Formats: sequence, C-alpha cells, structure tokens
Amino acid sequence: MDSVVRRSFDVAVIGAGPAGIAAAVRASESGARAALIDDNPAPGGQIWRRGASRWHHPQAGHWLDRLRESSVTVMAGARVFHAHNGALEAESDHSLLGVLYNKLILATGARELFLPFPGWTLPNVLGAGGLQALVKSGLPVNGKRVVIAGTGPLLLAVAAYLSEHDAEVLCICEQAPFSQLRAFALTLAAFPEKLVEAAQLRFRSRRAPYLTSTWPVAAFGPDRLRSVQVSDHGCVREIECDYLACGYHLVPNLELARALGCRVTEGSVEVTELQETSEPGVYCAGEPTGIGGLDLSIVEGQIAGYAAAGALHSARRLLSTGARSRKVVRAMKKAFALRPELATLAKPDTLLCRCEDVSFGDARKHSSWRAAKLHSRCGMGPCQGRVCGSAAEFLFGWTMDSSRPPIFPVRCSSLRAISSPANPAQRHGGSP
Amino acid sequence: MKHSADVLIVGAGIVGAACASELAKAGLRVTILEERFISAGATGAAMGHIVVMDDSEAQFSLTHYSETLWEELHEELPAKIEFDRCGTIWVAVDDEEMAEVGRKCDFYRARGVHAEILDPQSLHDAEPHLRAPLAGGLLVPGDSVIYPPAAASFLLEKAIELGASLDTGKAVISLEKGIARLADGTTLSAGRLINAAGQFSGKLTPGIRVKPRKGHLVITDRYPGTVRHQLVELGYLKSAHSSTDDSVAFNVQPRPTGQLLIGSSRQYDIEHDEVEPAILSRMLERTFEYLPALASYSGIRVWTGFRPATPDKLPLIGPWPEDPTLYIATGHEGLGITTSLATGKLICSHILAEAPAISAEPYLPSRQRVAEAHV
Amino acid sequence: MSEILTVRVNGALVDVPAGSTVAVAVMLSIGACRRSVTGQPRAPLCGMGTCFECRVEINGQTHQRSCQVICEANMEINVYG
Repeated sequence: MDSVVRRSFDVAVIGAGPAGIAAAVRASESGARAALIDDNPAPGGQIWRRGASRWHHPQAGHWLDRLRESSVTVMAGARVFHAHNGALEAESDHSLLGVLYNKLILATGARELFLPFPGWTLPNVLGAGGLQALVKSGLPVNGKRVVIAGTGPLLLAVAAYLSEHDAEVLCICEQAPFSQLRAFALTLAAFPEKLVEAAQLRFRSRRAPYLTSTWPVAAFGPDRLRSVQVSDHGCVREIECDYLACGYHLVPNLELARALGCRVTEGSVEVTELQETSEPGVYCAGEPTGIGGLDLSIVEGQIAGYAAAGALHSARRLLSTGARSRKVVRAMKKAFALRPELATLAKPDTLLCRCEDVSFGDARKHSSWRAAKLHSRCGMGPCQGRVCGSAAEFLFGWTMDSSRPPIFPVRCSSLRAISSPANPAQRHGGSP
Repeated sequence: MKHSADVLIVGAGIVGAACASELAKAGLRVTILEERFISAGATGAAMGHIVVMDDSEAQFSLTHYSETLWEELHEELPAKIEFDRCGTIWVAVDDEEMAEVGRKCDFYRARGVHAEILDPQSLHDAEPHLRAPLAGGLLVPGDSVIYPPAAASFLLEKAIELGASLDTGKAVISLEKGIARLADGTTLSAGRLINAAGQFSGKLTPGIRVKPRKGHLVITDRYPGTVRHQLVELGYLKSAHSSTDDSVAFNVQPRPTGQLLIGSSRQYDIEHDEVEPAILSRMLERTFEYLPALASYSGIRVWTGFRPATPDKLPLIGPWPEDPTLYIATGHEGLGITTSLATGKLICSHILAEAPAISAEPYLPSRQRVAEAHV
Repeated sequence: MSEILTVRVNGALVDVPAGSTVAVAVMLSIGACRRSVTGQPRAPLCGMGTCFECRVEINGQTHQRSCQVICEANMEINVYG
C-alpha cells in the first residue's frame, strides 16, 4: 500500500497566479515556511503564463524573480483535489503529494464563462483567454483570421496579444452597449493608469474594429470553424475566419472554497479585510473574492500572505490600496453585465454539456442543477460542471451549490489517500 | 368528504414511482407528493443493480419475482434507462468461498435461476482485469443494471399518463388516518396513504424501524470494455448483514458508457452526507484487491447516499397495523432498485384486496409491531 | 532562437517549438483532440485545464489534459477518432 509522505508548512498557497505568488512571497518574507502549489507546469497562472513567449507585464518578471529568490517551496504540475483541516492532497502526473499546513491561502483564480450557441463545439472555437493560452503555449497564429468576442477587458488584452503575434484580428465583438462602456471609461478617469493601459491595448490592436452591442449567434463548420455569424446592433452578418476567441468574462474557481465550507455569497468568497474566510485558518485572495483584475489580486495576495504569516502590521498597510482597487471591481461588474439576449442563442438541440453531449433542451426541463445532473447527465462528466454548470447559472438561474472531493478528476489511487481528522496523516519534514 | 385522490404516495423515488404506476394502472386516482425532486433520495445515489439474492427464502422470492417483472418490462424501457443484461459474477478468492459458490449455485438452480460455476480460467476469460489467480466465481447471467433516476422518471410518466399527478417541492409532515399534512399548511385527504419516503420514512410514521445506512460510490471516466459484468465479492453479504459495524465490500458495475461504478460501503448512525475519506479509502483499497488496474483509472466523482435499512434486512411492504388507511413501502436497504416493481405489485394487491403473486407475509410491517410487543 | 523538438501524433512525426504543449502539437497536426460521446470532433476550449476537451493519450496514459503537458522529444501522443 502506498503511504503518502506529507510535508509540513506554516502556510500553503493554492494557485500560482499573481495573487498566489504575491501571497507566498510575502508569507515567506515574513518568516513562514510556505508552499505554493499549482497545476500548471510553471508558476504564473493565466495572466502571467509564459510558455514560448516573452513577458508583457513588467510586474510578472518582478514577482517571479522574487519568487525564485525566496525560500518558497514551489510545487508545479500538482493539482489539489482535496483539502480538509490542515491537510491537502495534490496529484501530479506520476505521484501524489500531501501537504500539512497551519494556514491555507486559496488563490484559485478564475476561468472564462462560456455560453452555448449553435456551433460553439466546433474545433477552433475557443475562449478569448483560451486562444491566448494556446498561443502562449506555442500555437502559431501568424496570418490567421481571428474574431474575438464576448465581454470584458480581457478581449482588448487578447486582441493586443494576438495582433503582436501577427494574427489578423478581424474584429472585437463586445456584447455590452456603448453607453455602458462609456460609463465605465468615465469611472476609470479616477484611475488614470488604467485608462492609459486600456488605450495602450487598444493601440496595439488598432487595426481591428471594436464593435459594441455585438455578439456571435452561430459558428459554422462542418469539421472545424469556417465562419461566424454575429449580431451587430441586431443586424446579422457572416464573417469567414480561422479562430473564434469568445469568452464572457470570468467566473471564479470556487470549488475548493466551497468544499472547505467557506461562505460564498453572490458568487464570491466572503472575506474580511485581512482576507480571512469564514473557515478558521483559511484565507482567500484574488478573483474568487470578486473578479477585480490583476492589481487587486496582487494586493489581496500580499495581504493574505502577511496575515497568514502573522505579520498583521504589514498586512494593514496595504488595506487602502485594496480599497481603491475594489472600486474597479464594482465598476467592471456593471459595465460588462451580460445582456439577456445571450440566454436565447442556444437552440433546443444545441449542446449545453460538452462532456456528456447533453442538449440545452434536455437540461432546461429541470428546475435545479442537482435535478438536471441526475436526470439529464448534464455536469456528470469530467469537467464537473465547470463549463455547463456556469453557463446554466446564467441561462436558468441555477446555483452549483455543493462541492465534494475530488474537486478535479484524479486517479482512484489518489482518492484512496485522502486524509480526514479520523485518519490523521503522518507528519514529516520538521515543523509542527 | 371528497378525497383529493384515491391514494396519496409520499416519495418520488423508484419505490413510490413503482407503486404509483401499478395503482394508476388499476384505475385508481393517484397523487405523489415529493419534498425535493424525482429520485432525490437513495434512488439518485443507487447503483442500479437488478440482482436475485439468496440470503433468505423471503429475499429470494422478492428479488426473483421483481427481476421477472423487469424482464417483462425491459423492451418497453426507453434508452435513457440504459438497461443492460450484463449479468453478475460473484467472485471467490479461496476454497471456502468456492464452497459458498457451490451452495449458491445449487440454491439458484433448484429455484429455476440460471447460474454457472466459473473455474479460475473461465473467470479470467470472462473478466481479464480481475487479479489472478482467484478461486473462481458464480455467473448469474439473468441479472441486469439500469440507471435508476431514469427508471423512476419513466414509471412516474406512465402513472401520469394514466391520470396520476406529481407534486414536487411538497414536504409532508404528517401522514395518518387518510390525511397528509404538508409543511406549507395545506392538507390533502385520500382513501389510502403510502409512506414510500425511504430514509425519511421513520420520521413520517413513528414506530417504523428504518435506519439510514450510508454508502459511498465512485464513478470513473470512460474505459469501455474493461469490465463486462457486475462484479461482487462473496463477502458482500457479510457486509450487508452486519448490524453495527462500518464495512466495505467489493462491488463494481460497468455502465454502458464505459464508466465504472465503484461501491460499496455501509455505515450506521451517520447523519451528514459528506464524503468520508477513511471509509472511502477502505472501499477503494478493497476494489484494488480485485481489480488492480482501477488504481490508475480517473475517478471523476464521489458521492454518498442513504439506504433505508430494517433490522431483519427485509423491506416493509403492506398495511400499518394501527391505521387502516396507511400502507408502508420502505426499508429496501440495498435492493430497492431490484425490488421496486414487486413492491408496487404487492402494495396494489394489498390495497385492492387481491391475492399477491408471491406471499406477502415476510414483508408485512406488522412484524415490527409484533417484535416490539414481545420485548 | 528556440529549438524544435519532434513528437509523434497518431504515429506521424510532428515538429513543435520547445516549450509547446501537447495540445498545440495535436492542433497543428490532427486538428482535434478527441471525439465526443456522440462522435463530434473536439479541440481545446479553455486552454487552462478546466474544460477537458483536450484529453488525449500520452505515452500510454489516457485522459491526459494536453493543454497542461509540455511536449518532450519522442512523446507518443494518441488521438481518438
């Protein structure tokens, strides 16, 4: 029988995006033994993903250098699938890692929201961040025609990035109406650096028209994407293209927080100003506390890292910076609210659940997420509802309420090794 | 007073659904009251194994009768029920268990159930992924597997087509003397009431001795063709029959999707439905002892459910002694899916005062009252 | 100047820049990673390990999320359908 060797840390940070990196670095600088655990091959999360390309964010290099110079134990390629009461388990390609912690910081980030429409399952229809991630991972897009669609500031960032990689960005289709975006831009006047950033991004993608009140209504194949139909202020036209990069802003990754029992309200983990959740010893920083972008994530990560390491004075010094960034969170939510037409794009035979090929029509017959799962099999596949369930929350008003381990599919041998209070884990590696 | 219905059934699990279907067929006006949604209880968590059991004559009689009913129905079952007559193999690890296989085989054959003893080679040919060497097994080809929530829905749809009505989101707080009192303050009346509330039946009818018995299950990603039959260890009955201890027993089912459903565990006196690592661990460990390859298979979901269990392992099917309007249909432990159809028939026989196809005596709820009186 | 390495996708040799993920190697060759339960061709959607559309077999291990695996020289990648 395998025995899992568990390493002890004062602070375990889950998620090596900006929030997690900032948290681990500050915790370590404050004298805590810190572990940073992430399922990607290297730290950086989504927004600071490296791969085969160079940096765009100057902060990325700065924080990653600090991480390298710190004494944080980085566990990359390790997918946390269970955490409970001081012990967590993470699976990597060939082994199982066990970590014992006194304090836990959840920096699990966010994923894109995908909404179904006819043809959305065709190869080369991806998320906006999804296509960017693949290009960062080596996918060449020079000369490829790309339609970017959905909602949110990510669209501009992706357009800029793809333009620089010599893609032909045909247009950027933002579903929000111009009036909402103008109101957002005016709010940003209080944050001049954000306006500058937006202008720079727009400049880098200036050849692509930025269309508001526009969204994709259908994608055509048959074997892979050949063209997209968009509705532009109600007028429908077809655009031939090679890729559709479409994402409707972000939804936080709440599965681990929910499984730990942290209180979640209106889709965000409730935290105190020191980033403490409702569960003692569990902190949360970054997107899961409210989608707020990079700067807020870095601030919250630092606050959580300091607080978890007991450096409350340092944590409190950052509180006002956080408060300022939170205003942007509220403004973004308003600006990029999803219009109701997006819930009407799917036809009865359009697939909602891609893992199990369950149609929108079959899922919609039910009155709750749980009933839909049981009776239509929607959400019973390996993505555990991350795609279809999030869409269903918008389409039907359901809530994906419960979360049980494993929060990602793992080998059955890994499942066997999860810990419980009645099954105390052996401690190795020093600290109590 | 005009009744809301001829029969009010509490519980839209597979047992309530089977009762509804039979009673509606008999021309009665049926209303089903369900607190949550169809198969929200044990039916939604269950393994869906249709199996003939030999642990007692009464258990055999009920499971065999019900299995015959599933056979009669199977051609009518829609695809979503995923009916598959894959058969069961009871797996033996040593000579003692092989002796048990021999006894079991004789028992089934003497009662007209086809069974075939497998030697180690035949067992390996039938199920190449089982660890070798094992002592052999017993193949019961007439057993099947289904997807229980779809079966419950189907039976309810049939009842509704015949005039029954289903009200979900209706919690019933008392059920007696022809009246169902709902949590929202309303009352409904009927000539007959049926408590088919599964793990909650004891709360609804004080005096019923039904305890929830927690079980864990794991489902894997798709690995088509790796397991062909429902595989159960012979020690399963020891686990099912223990009255006190937590236990696990090897029990794996191939789904038509190619996914493997892994069970089984039993615990008493646990109220919360959280996944418990210690017993999950034991259950998986037991599984790997028989199917080592499963250790590397991707497990995509773990869940728990509560079987309604009675002290003597037999369900409660029939009239409740103190109340001429009340019938009980619960306590099926791990055999609810199999015996649901027979339960529907027996309940119908009771209500219509017709002779049942099998003796209804061993399952009479009154036996619990008698036992109490003698204490 | 980044180096090129070679992997096999369904037996055919595919060259990718070092640091590329297996998903990229598959998209550049076959174009789709898997067939859905009703037989539709599927390719990566999220690019970050949450959608499970990119699952392929890598060096004999099935159900691997190719968008999170970096290519190594001589990797054997099998794509179904």
